[in-house]
Amino acid sequence: MPKPTKGPRLGGGPAHEKLILANLATELFEHGRVRTTEAKAKRLRPLAERLITKAKKGDIHNRRQVLTVVRDKGVVHHLFTEIAPTFSERPGGYTRITKIGPRKGDNAPMAIIELVTEPMRPVTVSRTTPAAAPAEAPKAAETAEAAEAAEEPKDAVADEPQDAAEEPKDEAKKDEA
Amino acid sequence: MAVPKRKKSRSNTRARRAQWKAAPVALVACPQCRAPRRPHVACPNCGTYNRRQVIEPSA
Repeated sequence: MPKPTKGPRLGGGPAHEKLILANLATELFEHGRVRTTEAKAKRLRPLAERLITKAKKGDIHNRRQVLTVVRDKGVVHHLFTEIAPTFSERPGGYTRITKIGPRKGDNAPMAIIELVTEPMRPVTVSRTTPAAAPAEAPKAAETAEAAEAAEEPKDAVADEPQDAAEEPKDEAKKDEA
Repeated sequence: MAVPKRKKSRSNTRARRAQWKAAPVALVACPQCRAPRRPHVACPNCGTYNRRQVIEPSA
């Protein structure tokens, strides 16, 4: 038995659903970002990413397969020549969905789905932060505050302006201790 | 067909309806502009999510 597609069904029938998703994918590749409902965005993401993966391979067979979904040859050309090369380093995760709250009128939760344009950030291993924590721990001197010391690097990464504000507090705590 | 045997009193009706309460909306402060916004949703005031401009602010 075939596994049903994940997510809600769209439109009035299977053909309508296929059309909705194909049109959304075409618009996404044409404009780079699409504002739609959360349900449609969530259904569009796997389809669009599969098409980009095909575009990255770039041969004529994959181009024909993409053309069965995106009917516009100009958009497919743009996808293969402009969009796909920008994702050459990226191992998947080509699109981003950001929720933007309910729509006026029917209160439908809306979202923006867009192609990721930012360059890949180097992968940071989480082990580096605990390694940094013991380096700071001897300065803190108090072993009981190890938990606090472990939290410090996280704050420093998350919020740099806050970091400056927090450090004086920590020093004040040490003085009290 | 099954039908109610007795008229429901006003008191009973009102006691039942007194439990229909709206839940407060969860809100967090936007890290960018400090305005209250719903979690996991772009800020409607400044239009940012994760300090990234997502939409043009409506106001």
